[in-house]
Amino acid sequence: MRSDRSASAPLPLKIAAIGGLAFLHIPILLIFLYAFTTEEKSYQFPPPGLTLQWFAVTWNRPDVWAALALSVKVATIATAIALVLGTLCAAAVSQTRFFGRETISLLVILPIALPGIITGIALRSAFSMADIPFSFWTIVLGHATFCIVVVYNNAVARFRRVSGSLIEASMDLGADGFQTFRHIILPNIGTALLAGGMLAFALSFDEVIVTTFTGGQQSTLPIWMLEELIRPRQRPVTNVVAMVVVLVTALPILAAYYLTRDGDQIAGGGK
Amino acid sequence: MSALATGAPIQPNRPGVTGRISDFLWKHPHLLLLILLGPPVLWLGIIYLGSLLALLLQSFFSIDDFSGLINYEFTLATYRQLFSDANFDIILRTVTMAAAVTLFSALIAFPIAYYAARYARGKWKAIFYLGVMLPLWSSYLVKIYAWKLILAKEGILTWAFGKLHLSWLLDAWLSLPIIGGNSLSVSYTGTFLVFVYVWMPFMILPIQAALERVPGNLIEASSDLGGNPGQTFRHVLFPLALPGIVAGSIFTFSLTLGDYIIPQIVGSSRLFIGQAVYAQQGTAGNIPLAAAFTVVPIVIMGLYLWMAKRMGAFDAL
Repeated sequence: MRSDRSASAPLPLKIAAIGGLAFLHIPILLIFLYAFTTEEKSYQFPPPGLTLQWFAVTWNRPDVWAALALSVKVATIATAIALVLGTLCAAAVSQTRFFGRETISLLVILPIALPGIITGIALRSAFSMADIPFSFWTIVLGHATFCIVVVYNNAVARFRRVSGSLIEASMDLGADGFQTFRHIILPNIGTALLAGGMLAFALSFDEVIVTTFTGGQQSTLPIWMLEELIRPRQRPVTNVVAMVVVLVTALPILAAYYLTRDGDQIAGGGK
Repeated sequence: MSALATGAPIQPNRPGVTGRISDFLWKHPHLLLLILLGPPVLWLGIIYLGSLLALLLQSFFSIDDFSGLINYEFTLATYRQLFSDANFDIILRTVTMAAAVTLFSALIAFPIAYYAARYARGKWKAIFYLGVMLPLWSSYLVKIYAWKLILAKEGILTWAFGKLHLSWLLDAWLSLPIIGGNSLSVSYTGTFLVFVYVWMPFMILPIQAALERVPGNLIEASSDLGGNPGQTFRHVLFPLALPGIVAGSIFTFSLTLGDYIIPQIVGSSRLFIGQAVYAQQGTAGNIPLAAAFTVVPIVIMGLYLWMAKRMGAFDAL
């Protein structure tokens, strides 16, 4: 006789699991509390009082806005490049058989499998050897390189579920390759690409290590944050920015989750 | 039939430019593959692999002690320098830290992964998944910053220890050699805690994936045959979860090896590999030595991945 699968967990396991999740979340919740503290000079706990004034102060800081704008611009362009390259690569790997497919997967994963400092310093020394001045575009170049893998992973997973017979049926019915791509492939992989794009955006938006090596004088939001961490100027402003960053990065993750959650129910996917 | 025999197409050629391109590509699948694969491979090959190889090449050059300029002649002198006592200490310290972080991450991650894989259902499954994904993806610097708040002398940990009348315990811990320090935020203990916090989420999902493939009745069979929970864990659950743990440890180990921001913000003044690379290429201007230092994590991770592959860890990714 099969025992009940939904038997409740032993208490120690429950405590360890909930405790582990609490360990992951409490520090982030603490950031939210500190965004409202009246204490300016130290990280005193419990906060002596709560206030909303730092939100107004942060709102009026041009350096925060400039860093935010640069981060959004870099992330947008890097994501666009990663979307094109990652999708092409995923299509080639999943739709065709060729020698060296494994190598291609490895090549795509390498930029995030190796520590960021290696990618960063390699790009930096290559840029200076080639006499390319550090600019907005060198940051984008670096970010796009490690964003490809996120798009690729999502697209490959979805391509595996798009039935090959759908594509063949479309071609048999007279559609050419471009029409098949637009009317059959794209609608099927669309949400996976959107999810991959959002994750790539989040990855680029948050990246700091590669950016310290490939950026010139510009500071993206993470670079701004790093400078505040090393040489604090106005701690309450950092608190507010940290809280906003947590909220902003949570959105693409939630969206990506809901977009890929129902991925199994695709027409013809059962084949 | 005769049309097929002569190799002529059944359908007439498609009209229009796009139609002709489409037909041409269909008949020449290798060209299509080349078009698909060309841009990403060129991008990664030139920008990424090219820079990486150029960097590795520089580790075989040396720096002139007097002029501070790079001497472009093949030499192993830089590698000899890498294994001098001071530099070898840095390597040893980093590898020890990475191993400790990996071990503790596995200890904390296992119950979460096990609960999510075996007991969480429906709504709770989603909550566990998002509960892991949100901290995993939330900003790296914000997470470090949160720990700066926690570990500060006037922060929540000191306060909590005081409320529990355990301040003596914290003081005793901080007075220990090596792992102690003036306050938690300038000690190895602090560095270790932040490392575990930041990289542990990467351990959970691979373990969960491995555990989800363990049928529940295997656990029941073990206990029916008289195994107590400890024995069941040791002889059934752990061996089956091991590929997942190894897969997760690839992330925790590699990420700890190369990190230079966490030890810089929370930690003592003794360097880790990442900081050494940063210092050598920046203030010291010694690119060859910095390049030689980056070879260390590459070699270690190469060995690690090779071992992981032999243990079947990649199936759990």
